[in-house]
Amino acid sequence: MKLSKMAIVTAMAAMVGSTPALADLVFPSMSYRTGPYAAGGIPFADGYADYFTLLNERDGGINGVKANVIECETAYNTQKGVECYESTKGEGALLYQPLSTGITYQLIPKATADGIPVHSMGYGRTSAANGKIFSHVFNYPGTYWDAASIIVNHILEENGGDVKGKKIALVYHNSAYGKEPIRTLEELAKKHGFELTLVPVDHPGQEQKSQWLQIRRERPDYVLMWGWGVMNQVAIKEAANIRFPMENFIGVWWSASENDVLPAGEGANGYKAVTFHGVGSDFPVFDDLKKHVIDAGKAAGAGDQVGTVLYNRGLYAAMLAAEAARTAQAMHDTKDLTPAQMRDGMEALKIDAARLEALGLPGFGPEINVTCENHGGPGLGAIQQWNAADGKWVLINDFGPADRAVIDPLIMEDSKAFAAENNIPERCN
Amino acid sequence: MSPDFLNFIETVLNGLMTGVMYSLVALGFVLIFKASGIFNFAQGVMALFAALTLVGLQTGQVPFAHLINAVLGTDVHNWGPGLPTVLAILLTMAVMILLAYIVEKVVLKHLVNQEPIILFMATIGLAYFLEGFGDLMWGADVKALNVGLPTGGSFWWEDVTRGWASEGSEYFGMYIDTLDVSAAIIALILVIALTVFSQYTATGRALRAVADDHQAALSVGISLRGIWVIVWSISGFVALVAGIMWGAKSGVQFSLSLIALKALPVLILGGFTSIPGAIVGGLIIGVGEKLAEAYVGPLVGGAVENWFAYMVALAFLLFRPQGLYGEKIIERI
Repeated sequence: MKLSKMAIVTAMAAMVGSTPALADLVFPSMSYRTGPYAAGGIPFADGYADYFTLLNERDGGINGVKANVIECETAYNTQKGVECYESTKGEGALLYQPLSTGITYQLIPKATADGIPVHSMGYGRTSAANGKIFSHVFNYPGTYWDAASIIVNHILEENGGDVKGKKIALVYHNSAYGKEPIRTLEELAKKHGFELTLVPVDHPGQEQKSQWLQIRRERPDYVLMWGWGVMNQVAIKEAANIRFPMENFIGVWWSASENDVLPAGEGANGYKAVTFHGVGSDFPVFDDLKKHVIDAGKAAGAGDQVGTVLYNRGLYAAMLAAEAARTAQAMHDTKDLTPAQMRDGMEALKIDAARLEALGLPGFGPEINVTCENHGGPGLGAIQQWNAADGKWVLINDFGPADRAVIDPLIMEDSKAFAAENNIPERCN
Repeated sequence: MSPDFLNFIETVLNGLMTGVMYSLVALGFVLIFKASGIFNFAQGVMALFAALTLVGLQTGQVPFAHLINAVLGTDVHNWGPGLPTVLAILLTMAVMILLAYIVEKVVLKHLVNQEPIILFMATIGLAYFLEGFGDLMWGADVKALNVGLPTGGSFWWEDVTRGWASEGSEYFGMYIDTLDVSAAIIALILVIALTVFSQYTATGRALRAVADDHQAALSVGISLRGIWVIVWSISGFVALVAGIMWGAKSGVQFSLSLIALKALPVLILGGFTSIPGAIVGGLIIGVGEKLAEAYVGPLVGGAVENWFAYMVALAFLLFRPQGLYGEKIIERI
């Protein structure tokens, strides 16, 4: 008996010894669970971590290799974000999601030089969508310019395709982030003949009386918003106070979480926003999450954020990272990945409706087809609307396209200027 | 009247109301500076902490729930439906008094006779501690705050003022937020109460004695430490009022601590030691920045009000370095 036990142990040791040890797949999470923007950072970080935990617990990782999420607190501060990058890149980091436009701008040259891909999903530098110039930066499935165009498309749809003479105001965070859609909106205003009014709000946006008095006097037909943090909540509350029709108030995807609408109560009913992913928790993957992660006590947070907009966005970001890792594993016929292989996987990422269904996320996002030239993905988006009575967001249309005829030349112009400034040769030729 | 002139009046009126909101924050700074010479960096965080505690009690949230669940493996979040608003406000006030006592016992007691900059640094530490403690105790999510105050534009005022416009002109009536009106009334009551307290009560007189001269106050038997607890408690109460008003606008969230930045130009203008100064300073800053945003903003691309407030305050410093109502300091060499 003793001999047979020893034989088994020896055989197992020999088997382990003969298989090369697999390192974890390292995905740093640059989270912000503290500071003024923590309310937005926590659900995203929870969703990101929980999806990888699900893969580890349910599937034994990604193709058998465990995912290791290293969380580093940035407090939404650019300097701390760069410190996080420097302190974690040596851990075998495969991919960075900076979760801040400021941090993304700092990491673009650093990560490119280090050969580590950056995924700024729906934020960061829009022209990084041009893969010919930005080899290591990806911003699929959509950019701010796509968002601006998709919102205008929605307005066009509501007005029978004619918005000539309509007044549209943009209330924006007076920062690089908030100013991102202006160029696109100016081009769209020329094309469709609407009048664009720019209404900047200084950081942090706790006091917006002047801006909303201006809106009340000028009576725009639509108000668009590019805000973040407290600016969103105050803007929605002020819009409700001046009795602006909320169905004509449309935000970007960073102005569209439960946090933003709940303080305004009933007044926020009807507020809209553009989104690049589904809402709610009515998808099969959430059953698996409940079983393998939440009920098993392995959730990153308290488990109370599941299904919220920003939790879903974190989960979606993790899913896209995991799928890119799978693609890279298949491309390079290896399970153990390097950042360079991960970059290749991201550049060859394809997710169709069938794959989304297989992942337990049917219809959760648009189909994605990343190429060497196009790192910005399909640029599709849908409109979500807040139902205050039910306390939930509802998608009111399907994922639709942006106006590529307007956006693509802008991306080319900006990315080529960046390439000329930094002496970057074009790739993908 | 022409709509342009009515718009001007509307801007001034809303500037005054916003100024009252700034004054509510500035008052807390003034009270502590007056009694102890400390510039309390933690005043904004105190407003946040008070508002968090109030919402937590109103909604029946279990304090430290996340920590308890993580350590004990439980799943507790709420202990019940929550307390009625009045009771929650009273209990929050008790928490702020306890906080004042702990601050005196743990921080200030050990720093008596230290340089003002040391005391200032201590309040920076206190601000960071309190922010983290508030996060641990109540969580970082944005919380809706409703204490039953009216919110939204006043229909009545709109209807009344619509008739003021010249005939045939397109005018929609004047806007005023009913929450701002409530804030103005509460601020007025607060200032009257503070004035009565400091002029007509023994404790108030002791406070003024300490403010005038620490050494002399000590020599007549006034307990400096007792006074500090009282003044931090009053300041905690003012922080609670500011937290309620600002929290009702934006929801209770960690950005609330940044309202302190709005009080700084008010303090520079009104003086660090004057309660009327905090009010008048707030009104001047409020009106100044709203007029600047409405009439200068369009010429330079907008978003001028933040820096304009500081510019007004700094320009004022050139002529009255002690602020509008501050005490003139003459030191002979």
